[in-house]
Amino acid sequence: MNRRIKETVIKHAFFLFALVSVIVLGLIVLSLFREGLPVFKQVSLKDFVFGMEWYPTYDPPSFGIFPLIFGSFIVTLLATVIAVPLGVLAAIYISDITPRPAVRESLKSVIELLAGLPSVVLGFFGMVIVAPWLQETFDLPTGLNIINASVILAIMAIPTISSISEDALYSVPQEFKEASYALGATKFETITKVILPAALSGISTAVMLGMARSIGETMVVLMVAGGAAAIPESIFDSVRPMPASIAAEMGETPYGSSHYHALFAIGVVLFFLTLSFNLIADYVSHKFRQTGSATL
Amino acid sequence: MKWRYFKQSVFFSLVRASALIITLALGGIIFYIFYNGYSVISWDFITKPPTDSMTKGGIMPAIIGTIYLTLGAIAIGLPLGIASAVYLTEYARQGKVVRAIKIGINCLAGVPSVVFGLFGLGFFVIFLKFGSSILAGSLTLGFLILPTIIGASEEALKSVPQTFREASLSLGVSKWQTTYRIVLPNALPGILTGSILGIGRAAGETAPIMFTAAAFFTSKLPGSVFDEVMALPYHVYVLSTAGTNIEATRPIQFGTVLVLVAVVLGIDLIAIIIRGYMRRNKRW
Repeated sequence: MNRRIKETVIKHAFFLFALVSVIVLGLIVLSLFREGLPVFKQVSLKDFVFGMEWYPTYDPPSFGIFPLIFGSFIVTLLATVIAVPLGVLAAIYISDITPRPAVRESLKSVIELLAGLPSVVLGFFGMVIVAPWLQETFDLPTGLNIINASVILAIMAIPTISSISEDALYSVPQEFKEASYALGATKFETITKVILPAALSGISTAVMLGMARSIGETMVVLMVAGGAAAIPESIFDSVRPMPASIAAEMGETPYGSSHYHALFAIGVVLFFLTLSFNLIADYVSHKFRQTGSATL
Repeated sequence: MKWRYFKQSVFFSLVRASALIITLALGGIIFYIFYNGYSVISWDFITKPPTDSMTKGGIMPAIIGTIYLTLGAIAIGLPLGIASAVYLTEYARQGKVVRAIKIGINCLAGVPSVVFGLFGLGFFVIFLKFGSSILAGSLTLGFLILPTIIGASEEALKSVPQTFREASLSLGVSKWQTTYRIVLPNALPGILTGSILGIGRAAGETAPIMFTAAAFFTSKLPGSVFDEVMALPYHVYVLSTAGTNIEATRPIQFGTVLVLVAVVLGIDLIAIIIRGYMRRNKRW
């Protein structure tokens, strides 16, 4: 009897530990709202999200974050355009056409190490190497701009996209490939017409998670996007994505000021943006999962 | 017929080119940092504090600070992560509650690092009044790496064969004793190597500690968990963007970046090597 009570207690204790992640998620939402909502006493939600002017330190201040949202989206989209082909092709290389196991394992390690590079290091690289090169080659006023930030963000997104795509490609049943080869299809035809369509939901998940990663990434956009809070006219203009604004301004903002609350409100927007990306990715991966070789 | 094989060879070249580009990107970045940074590295650089408003001297306080923050993050993330994974793999019955917890973990994994920073600032620094401190920074980083550790632990626990559990339970051993004495010891190497990758992330993150723990400059080492610390990633950021003389401190910046990369990738590489060794010598 005593033993049964002990077992029950232990089981419930573990349940509580498992709940910690959910509780932390709740606390994150709560803290963001608690510190972020007061800004809406000063500015309406519509003017906050669609306002074109971000002058938080002026008197009177102007809290329109549309240029910041636009900045976030433009660097994320461009980074995705660069990272998806590279990441997916690398995943195909690893899962379907790599010559030797040693090569495959090394490339997997390379991708894992790339994922491990601290973001501040990549930001530093973009600032010290890529920016001066861009500035000289294209004769620009500054090398800290959209294209620079996008390239560096792409480097960060590639490991996410590549490793999740590889899992998806790997889990395509062997029978599919054999059936395709048996019909006389080449390897290229098998990959593009059989394997890729079968792995599409996994690859979409990979792309969504890669985008979520890019849109929330801070140090890179803080260091290399240039920091201009305006709608850019070309990919060589500077932008100020949301995370960069939060990170750059929080240090100089007095606690409790409306600027301080506005930065938390940007955090709320950023949180729900990445949350929706993650939930869509989760939905896609569960809804359209390849469950067996008989279904397609 | 020829055309089909021509398309194939073009495609294969593209695939190989992508693999090559990714490898060159990593190699190029590491080479460039090493090439510019190694001449700065010396015993004094690692063991002396900065001098002359951070334009000379070493980075010792930043190294110590990063070690403290990382150890703190491990102390919080590792036990919580392993316990969560034990519940999810050993105790929970698949159903709505487990699905909800898993979605929660996935969402937590997707929270941007700067939002973790805001959370740490709003909750630990201000609401719980920890101030900008090792404690607040460690808690923030600990929760940041929690999903990684849960994921790694779940995978390691699942790879312990079901027959091990059945053999133990059939001897009349209780569930908890089976988990503690049989499952966990067999899963532990996998849990640790998987978690090391999360630990590398904790050591390299900047945004979560910017408002919760990191100091621009401290002359002395921290005396308690309520003190601010310098940290390697934040030191890189500060020197390269807001230093008194950015160009003049370039060598120190490269040196600091090199030490940071060596620490983080060193940690990751150890995990990758141990994991490869374990896979080759698997006993079941």
